[in-house]
Amino acid sequence: MSKIGNVWVFIEQEGGKIADVSLELVCKGRDLANRLGIKTEAVLLGNKIEGCVETLYHYGCDTVYLAEDDRLEPFTVLPYAKVIIDLVKEHKPNILLFGATMKGRELAPRVASEKLAGLTADCTDLQIDDFEDKVNQKSYKDKLMQIRPAFGGNIIATIVNTWDDPQMVTVREGVMKMDSPDSSRKGKLVRIKPALSKEETVIRVIERIREEKSVDLKGSQIIVAGGYGVGSKNNFKLIYQLAEALGGEVGASRAAVDAGWIDHDHQVGQTGVTVRPKLYIACGISGSIQHRAGMAESKKIIAINNDPDAPIFSVAHYSITGELNDIIPKMIKAYKSKV
Amino acid sequence: MSYTIIVFVKQVPDTQNITGQAMKPDGTVNRAALPAIFNPEDLNALELALELKERFGAKVVVGTMGPPNAAEVLRDALCRGADEGVLLTDRSFAGADTLATSYALSCCAKKIGKYDLILCGRQAIDGDTAQVGPQLAEKLKLPQISYVEEVKELSKGKIIAKRAIEGGYEVLECPTPALLTVIDANEPRPKAVRRIMKYKKAMTRSELVKFHANANYTDAEALVEEEENLKKRNLFIHEWSATDASADIERVGLKGSPTKVKKIENVVLTATETKAIPPTEQGISNLVHELIVDHTLG
Repeated sequence: MSKIGNVWVFIEQEGGKIADVSLELVCKGRDLANRLGIKTEAVLLGNKIEGCVETLYHYGCDTVYLAEDDRLEPFTVLPYAKVIIDLVKEHKPNILLFGATMKGRELAPRVASEKLAGLTADCTDLQIDDFEDKVNQKSYKDKLMQIRPAFGGNIIATIVNTWDDPQMVTVREGVMKMDSPDSSRKGKLVRIKPALSKEETVIRVIERIREEKSVDLKGSQIIVAGGYGVGSKNNFKLIYQLAEALGGEVGASRAAVDAGWIDHDHQVGQTGVTVRPKLYIACGISGSIQHRAGMAESKKIIAINNDPDAPIFSVAHYSITGELNDIIPKMIKAYKSKV
Repeated sequence: MSYTIIVFVKQVPDTQNITGQAMKPDGTVNRAALPAIFNPEDLNALELALELKERFGAKVVVGTMGPPNAAEVLRDALCRGADEGVLLTDRSFAGADTLATSYALSCCAKKIGKYDLILCGRQAIDGDTAQVGPQLAEKLKLPQISYVEEVKELSKGKIIAKRAIEGGYEVLECPTPALLTVIDANEPRPKAVRRIMKYKKAMTRSELVKFHANANYTDAEALVEEEENLKKRNLFIHEWSATDASADIERVGLKGSPTKVKKIENVVLTATETKAIPPTEQGISNLVHELIVDHTLG
């Protein structure tokens, strides 16, 4: 059997800080690589970012391909795509993983198109399995099963790339488990000299304004989320009060964000963040399939809604039918009297 | 000085407003029951193109790939202010994944000819992949600006656009021709009443043939004449097959798609055991107590 290429992870960094999703993918990539008997390798691009390399070893990378160049900072899609395509052509990885972030989602398709490789967006699970293509009567061994929700979250599709490697996917943030780093792990550093021409550097960044997210929904064990049923921006104070009392973060449905009551950073669901806290309290959220896709795996779900037929109740462990203005203060009072 | 802007749009099933009627008894979605709509972010792309037309003068050509009835979104676009519609339709396009789709659209763009900008919505709500825009840009070797909120400046050979990035925004300067993907940062204009009166009569060739077949009208010469008439009044929607667009048949549709669907599972509402809590002080107090005891709270 001819030796297959390795598992590659595109490492996303901002100011030398590695994105969580990239570390999640290194951990997942290692699982896949172990299953296939191949290596886990990282592709790290930017400028003055060598400090990231050790961290990547600790999370399980066997090799780090490092390209440092001032034209790779800040991120712009054309030079990044060029460097990755050149590397892919040279080393022929079997699997290439990207985070389904704003950067990953504009970079991966550019690379896939040039490489004529299949690309599956927003995967929520990856597995290795065989594939029988009944239409073309071909069978494939040890392929990457690319599992993703589609059709507004109403179906889950398993997709396979049947053309040449790499098998490319973007993976949603927060769905793969991040293992603890092991500081005894070592790896190999391979420095790349990017071959960039004028063609890839035609886009000029005139202005760049960025703030770190102020909300950490993914890292929070308790989330109190408000939906359209909260009724007004002013009423959202109730949601904040409950979150503060319980030591949690404030989440929101798309309807509440669209109504302008709360910032998009708080949005849970298909177009927001996927969360799985210990406790999720859905307040005045009807529970569209898009919202449920982002929170249904929470360990305990309490739904409060004045509509007894709200779909959110179908995923809730506890249902309370009633008005938020009545129930939330009772909940705060009950909690404060017990702790 | 006038620009040419191509806007690629898609007709999609309305996956965002799934009502009771679209649900089958087993809790899965009945896709056939979903109405076909103009993909929301493609309307934002069209709106941006129409704004540019007003600000700088431009011809706006709207293209779509889809079944014959996707001409509906082109009529919709004409009613909102677009100048021309192109329907890319062919049985061989069926089953295309994003790579095959972007290839077919690249052939369409090449046949349209000279353009300054191509605009696409960031993503379509049936697949949510956001891949076709960047892939199309690569196929045409164009620079791309993704997640565009607004265009600051457009001049011959250069565009300055503001786009969203994680946690903020960027202002980018880029040479044209370029491809932009657009997010829902503008308010798409409604169809203009005056334009509806005119463009509801816009037709593709196959619609024209069908229209006359219904009227038992089979004179081929008259059909040609009618087509010329429609063209003169700007009511003719171009309809191109794979051959018309000079597309390599091996690279479109199912054949041109590296990704295959292994299986599809319907998402069924999980019937979690739900405990109803009475909305009383006692009921809520008991619930909070239970959550503290099992270490969910506190």
